[in-house]
Amino acid sequence: MDAPSLPETYRAILTIRRFEERLLSLHQEGLIQGSMHLCNGQEAIPVGACRELRADDALTATYRGHGWAIARGLPLPDLFAELMGRASPLCGGRGGSAYLCGAPYGFLGENSIVGAGVPIAAGAALAARRDGAGAVSLVSIGDGALNQGAVGEALNFAAALALPLVVVVENNIYSEMTPIKEMVAIDPLAQRAAGFGIPSVTVDGNDTAVVQAAVAEAVARARSGGGPTLVEAMTERLVGHYTGDAQQYRPAGEVEAAKTREPLTRLRAAAGQELGAELAVVDEEVEATIESAVQEAMGYPRPDPAGAALGVYVD
Amino acid sequence: MSTNAVTEEITYIRAVNEGLRWALREYPKALILGEDVALPNGPFGATRGLHGEFGDRVIDTPITESAFVGAAIGAAMRGYRPIVEIMFMDFTQVAMDQLVNQLPNIHYVSNGGFRVPLTIRTQQGRTPGSCAQHSQSLEAVFAHVPGIRVGLPANPQDAYDMLRSAIASDDPALIIESRALYASRGPVELERPLAPIGRAQLRRPGEDVTIVSWSRMVGEAEAAAQRLEAEGISAAVIDLRWVSPVDHDTIAASLERTGRLVIAHEANRTAGFGAELAAWATEERFWDLDGPVARVGAPDIRMPAAATLQEALLPSAESIAETVRATLNAAPA
Repeated sequence: MDAPSLPETYRAILTIRRFEERLLSLHQEGLIQGSMHLCNGQEAIPVGACRELRADDALTATYRGHGWAIARGLPLPDLFAELMGRASPLCGGRGGSAYLCGAPYGFLGENSIVGAGVPIAAGAALAARRDGAGAVSLVSIGDGALNQGAVGEALNFAAALALPLVVVVENNIYSEMTPIKEMVAIDPLAQRAAGFGIPSVTVDGNDTAVVQAAVAEAVARARSGGGPTLVEAMTERLVGHYTGDAQQYRPAGEVEAAKTREPLTRLRAAAGQELGAELAVVDEEVEATIESAVQEAMGYPRPDPAGAALGVYVD
Repeated sequence: MSTNAVTEEITYIRAVNEGLRWALREYPKALILGEDVALPNGPFGATRGLHGEFGDRVIDTPITESAFVGAAIGAAMRGYRPIVEIMFMDFTQVAMDQLVNQLPNIHYVSNGGFRVPLTIRTQQGRTPGSCAQHSQSLEAVFAHVPGIRVGLPANPQDAYDMLRSAIASDDPALIIESRALYASRGPVELERPLAPIGRAQLRRPGEDVTIVSWSRMVGEAEAAAQRLEAEGISAAVIDLRWVSPVDHDTIAASLERTGRLVIAHEANRTAGFGAELAAWATEERFWDLDGPVARVGAPDIRMPAAATLQEALLPSAESIAETVRATLNAAPA
């Protein structure tokens, strides 16, 4: 697929960033309850990866999944409403920040159990292969998830059955709040895929085009029956593991340094003067989009408590 | 029942096999996944001949319960109707995240956006020589988890019928077979309409006491009722069949007549499903009770392998009969 223009990429990333930042302010205003896991700084990965997905592909994410949901095309008002505990068309307020999904969008959902989405995504890949239409299943996980047994099991399962699965590892160098380098004895993490007979690559996750190119290759392999691929995308979290994480474990200056190489900073630098004016317009437009989405979300009713116990079963 | 029904005398495991064959014929999107289910024909023969007949819809998986249960969930979310075999109930514990944190949440949390018409088959219980990790009866663990139906067939006809009902349902279901009963034979009518999920069966009417049981213990309860009959005690026997949902009405109807309730299961007593039924009886049917509710189950132990040790621990027709006698004799001190 053609690479979109710089301002379009900037718009996509900024939309996720402003969504996350707006969530924080809504949280402070008391309009969102509970903790959230924001993806500030990691937005180039979902934006780049989702550009390679078709409507009939399946997407599975982690609890740090707002960016994936937005990149997949889930409507912003619905997402805001879902996080505000309102009767959103997504999950009616039942999913919340960390476990929302969107069936009409082929978004099988976030997952609040680290790594648990990979077996499920492997099943979506099994379904895709049986359907025979060349669809794929893409799942994002974090670096820490690679240490979960379910992930190892699912990688082997997908490899043994040659399933059209693309595993994107967002390596933000922290396994929740512990440096990943202290939790493994390998570097890069992607080499672990070789033990399963799965091709892998480690790329710059703060560059949308680089992510897109790596995912394109993986998706092409999957669509043509070549089996799974693991793409490790290196990035850095600009915020805590969860809202309320004081990040005392991060060395002084780390976040500041990360801000000099995060996706938006890079795009602004690359834009130069001519495009810079265009980006300023995008800034305003994204701001308006976010505010209008928040207003629309506030218009959704609260879920009816009388329905809280309904729907555990179909029958 | 149709008049031209074909009834065959077949084993419990063959009835399971016929149920699976029915499913693969009935639902083009039905798949079978599990360890050794395709080329090896299943460790107990449940899938015998199905790979030959249905090809790659019957899938051998690596020994990887989390992965293949999770994969079945994902395939179900994408329109398939998978049937998973977990070789032993004990092995479900390897996949508990997928079985408890994932599977039963999906329909509810997606607000109906996704359905997971997944059936998991497993088998449980002790057989002579079976070790502590191949003997546990864990139905109460799953009965505690909303979002998944749980059934335990006690005879070949139910092994066929309950499996088909589970597969036909758009909800997740766990069918817990009894390995000890796999070789037992009984009449099975194959051309039956689907039965609703969650109906108990009154196996034997009675006037003095109601024995509620399920799985292998139904046979023990019936044998106990026969012994008691010779002593002039009329015991009703109910095969509960499903621990989720529970057919309270059938128990209540019998309890109204007998006023006495004994619950018998192979599982350990403490927090076994009998405790739930006892709690229900005291909450909802207290004024029908003429005496204390009694439970028969394994003592709270681990299961040894040697048969002589196992038999010292397992409930039996005699221990059920003895509990009934004690219940009928119970009087305030």
